[in-house]
Amino acid sequence: MATIELSCHVGVGPVVSGEALVTDDNFSARYDLDRIAGTFSRPQHKLAGQSYVDKIMVFNTAKGGVASAWMLHEMKSRGIAPKAILFNNVNPILAQGAALANMAMCDRFNDGDVTQLIRSGDRVTVNPEAGLVTITRD
Amino acid sequence: MKLNAQEQAMLAGDLGEPRRWAIEHMMRVGRFFDAPDFVEVTQAHIMADTESLGEAGVEFLERMAALPESERRVRIPMITDPRGIDFCHYKRLRQTDAMAALEQRAIDAFESFGIMMTNTCINYQTIMPPVRGEHLAFGDTGVVIYCNSVLGAYSNFEGGPSALAAGLTGRTPRYGLHLDRNRRATKRYRVGCQPRYLSDWGALGGLVGARAGSYWEVPVIEGIESLPGSDEMKHMGAAMASFGSVPLFHLVGVTPEAPTLESVCDPDALAAETIDESDFEAFFARYGDKGEKVDVVVFSAPQLSLLEMQSLAELLDGKKLHRDTDLLAVTSPVVAADARRMGLVERIEASGALVLEGMCFYQSYAREMGEANGWKRLMTNSVKLTNIIGGYGYEPTLSNMENCVASAIAGEIV
Repeated sequence: MATIELSCHVGVGPVVSGEALVTDDNFSARYDLDRIAGTFSRPQHKLAGQSYVDKIMVFNTAKGGVASAWMLHEMKSRGIAPKAILFNNVNPILAQGAALANMAMCDRFNDGDVTQLIRSGDRVTVNPEAGLVTITRD
Repeated sequence: MKLNAQEQAMLAGDLGEPRRWAIEHMMRVGRFFDAPDFVEVTQAHIMADTESLGEAGVEFLERMAALPESERRVRIPMITDPRGIDFCHYKRLRQTDAMAALEQRAIDAFESFGIMMTNTCINYQTIMPPVRGEHLAFGDTGVVIYCNSVLGAYSNFEGGPSALAAGLTGRTPRYGLHLDRNRRATKRYRVGCQPRYLSDWGALGGLVGARAGSYWEVPVIEGIESLPGSDEMKHMGAAMASFGSVPLFHLVGVTPEAPTLESVCDPDALAAETIDESDFEAFFARYGDKGEKVDVVVFSAPQLSLLEMQSLAELLDGKKLHRDTDLLAVTSPVVAADARRMGLVERIEASGALVLEGMCFYQSYAREMGEANGWKRLMTNSVKLTNIIGGYGYEPTLSNMENCVASAIAGEIV
């Protein structure tokens, strides 16, 4: 059992733990998801067909329009949402959306490309207030 | 963040729960982006279609709208982005009564905040264009990029919750494009051929946006020999924001912050990438082939200006659409009223086309509309729409307005 700590910019939302689902692709709540089923639906997305429910999601950056600011709140209200979303760099829209939804979100990692540092299946704890992400892997 | 006395009073709840929520929400966002303090804004514009709000978002608005009037009224002029429903036509579009009912609830909530239902993404052409240096809290990426780039105003992309928070407090966190240091060019593009149609200007925006690729990049464009008008800038900016999440561009010799290249970057330190004829050809080549059936032609995203409505009326005069092809022209309530008064709506609709107002095609339950109407192959001159609509199950084709209209008449891509 190994534990790795990553430091990042101060984020938003509560402390959460869960299983990581990682891609070097980007993220749009509006265009990439089947928000009813809780899966990635856009065929070209690298996570197409996979479930994001209760996962610690890791992406490169955020895409898409301002609508996403409402969508994390809507997804969380139905309990079909990720626990946290981590980015290399996020745009204001998604950060605003996480602030409304009170969903954990962090970006700007000091140790390099977060899509390489975290692997799918890792156990991850996100502490946005401290700007700290802890990885546990076997 | 540094708060003044008024902001501290809002945070303490002295000015009511909506303003307490608003200032707390913006402090979270401000801390995320290292805002030192708040900046006062003069106008707010909210994007909040019911498809993205959902039941949860509408309930959120309704809870706040039920509080006393003195607590819930916005403090600055605040207007709305397009809605998801045109109540005169939603049945013909096969949208449902449930969609219309949710829409009406959202409208009732907005009105109780004192928000003006302008329902437009071309407010910079029709409502109150900002002036240079004006700080704003605008939603809709196309609105923001136009006002920043063409008018020299200062706005970040404000999602619905943050725009509402800005309206309630009259301020927004000072980060991103409110700071002059973030408005310098970081990417440089030299255009080797001249855009002609609105769809070409959109394609240029798409090409630049895809290459720049981030909210934190500012492209500067050289080599444009003509002077683009408001509609050209509108299509270029909307496409750039859609393809790249880009909120600001400079056009050397045209946009106000870039009278020269040197005014936005150090040319020796920033090498130029070239965009030429072959890039435009490749951009258009990815969308559909001649001879394929067209189900629906859509002019939307952004809404049509009065001049675009006139062009469309002239192209459709004396013509009839193919019986298996629909044509939708989407505009703002202000433009629609003028176009109706001047006979343009009647001329457009005489062909069998439909003029829609106050909505936006892709914010209007596009997937459900497509399935209900059998629309799959969609043709448009909007590069922004081609970028988005594939995610809703459509196969988009891009061409200029003339070819789109000719295809609607022929029933196939010409």
